[in-house]
Amino acid sequence: MELNFEYLKEHATERAHKPPPTLELDHLDTLWLQVTGTLCNLACLHCFISCGPKNDSHDYMSVEAVRRAVETAAAQGTKDYYFTGGEPFLHDDIQEMIELTLEHGPLTVLTNGILIDEEMADWLAQTFRNSRYSFDLRVSLDGTTKSENDALRGRGTFEKIIASIERLYAAGLNPVITVTTCHAGSGGEEGRRKFYEFVRSRGVEQPRLKFLAPFKIGREERRGGGYEEWERLVEGDLLPDEAEQLQCSSCRMVTSKGVYPCPILIEYDDALMGQELEDGLQAIELRHQACYTCHVEGVTCST
Amino acid sequence: MQHLTKIAVFGGVYNNYLSLEATLDDARQRGAQEIYCLGDMGGFGPHPDRVFPILRGADDLLVMQGNYDHSIGNRLDDCACGYSDPRDNHFAEISYEYTFENTADDNKDWLRDLPTEFRRDWAGRRVLMAHGSPRRTNEFLWESSSPDAFLEHLLVEAEADLLFVTHTGIPWQRTLPSGKQVVNVGAIGRPANNGKTTVDYAIVDVFDDRVDVELHEVAYDHERLAREMQDEGLPDEFVETVLTGWWTTCVEILPAKERARGRY
Ligand code: SF4
Ligand code: SF4
Repeated sequence: MELNFEYLKEHATERAHKPPPTLELDHLDTLWLQVTGTLCNLACLHCFISCGPKNDSHDYMSVEAVRRAVETAAAQGTKDYYFTGGEPFLHDDIQEMIELTLEHGPLTVLTNGILIDEEMADWLAQTFRNSRYSFDLRVSLDGTTKSENDALRGRGTFEKIIASIERLYAAGLNPVITVTTCHAGSGGEEGRRKFYEFVRSRGVEQPRLKFLAPFKIGREERRGGGYEEWERLVEGDLLPDEAEQLQCSSCRMVTSKGVYPCPILIEYDDALMGQELEDGLQAIELRHQACYTCHVEGVTCST
Repeated sequence: MQHLTKIAVFGGVYNNYLSLEATLDDARQRGAQEIYCLGDMGGFGPHPDRVFPILRGADDLLVMQGNYDHSIGNRLDDCACGYSDPRDNHFAEISYEYTFENTADDNKDWLRDLPTEFRRDWAGRRVLMAHGSPRRTNEFLWESSSPDAFLEHLLVEAEADLLFVTHTGIPWQRTLPSGKQVVNVGAIGRPANNGKTTVDYAIVDVFDDRVDVELHEVAYDHERLAREMQDEGLPDEFVETVLTGWWTTCVEILPAKERARGRY
């Protein structure tokens, strides 16, 4: 089945009255933790949760809150864990949180890399070598040139991010470089090839990359424009087998405020499902416009 | 304690009819009375149609469908691997197109109609054999990214005590805290990214009160396979893997730990 945008536009008015699709939680495969809340050392123009040095709408999580969520998830048979923020390496207790999570399963930390100094890079590499389960880092970079990247992430960030990738690589890690495809063509075959070549040219012989479509919410809404009225999902829209591919059929996000369906919706108060992870282990409604992007782009957290 | 029977389990043939012959010889010489193939006949190697007479003709052999077999059998456009690395994607396409074009219709139909799991009862243990995981044909169960708690969950859901899978191409096995057991038999079609040219499969000894599983390495005429791959115009990168034991392509799916152990 193909997505028919014309049809959706034409039938926008009648569709507006239909209820959104409901999605069951298949199994809690993936636990996301917003360890530093919405606090970040950068304030990227395309950040879909408007993170920045001054946004403390979600505060840091305590080590105890992280432990509680991870142990609850492990008891459910969770497969993997993701730390994000904001910027996880702002947290003073990041090492302790990484260690306690790795006891239970594989962990991926999403970072802009800038705060990872040589000492931290060495510690991360050592943790990677010693841990029983896989330990991975994702470093965000949004262009193969300074102007392309810095236009989104801020002046001077290109050099700092590359330096961080080189530092990690020298320490023995090969992080996944995560690219949000805001620039025209950056998500296409050619754009991807260019990125691989660029990273290779910086000495990373076997680049690992992940490309993500932007969500038109948060600061990205002001930069690139928001969703059109018709860009939403109603009952019956999900394609065959799509339900199990949407990441929210197998993940939940925990922040200092409580539990949310996924990492994308934490700034929507009506997406809060309760205080503890247990409160979130139930079906959700795909009523947010960001859900439309997941539907069109097939967003999943696995590579 | 009485030894009841010996069984062999393998997967991931990837057109490698030479390693298939070698594995079956090895298993039969060791006295295996039943042999199970967990799927993925095609991809990577030369002459896809050469594996079918071997697989279809044997009375002691039971074969299941893998994700690749599903795609080839149902005449789908690609293997649905979905790589975002253009290089991995490029090689995956070459491999799929070659296999698709060189698999006879009758063999495609046979792949389409294969079962997708086997269940047995050995020594009172509920045995489940699947291609990827008990819940999804294309789910990867890697050693470093499959926590004990997650595997326990899968086995409880699937009502199994002993699980055999393939799909990832790298063998490992683990006994879980509950005593349940997971065995990834690896693949016989290409080496396990460990610098050895051998391939891997599992031999299972069933006693009246327990089941023992041992992973085995098998050598085959990999130089001949490499020559035939070259003659067929398959990519040099694939040939290199056969000759060196290191994966050169389709490495994007490897978890960080497994990837760091390889050369690429
Ligand atoms: S996109 Fe990432 S690095 Fe940029 S402000 Fe948001 S959280 Fe921080
Ligand atoms: S934004 Fe995407 S991941 Fe989040 S609830 Fe909607 S469909 Fe699910």
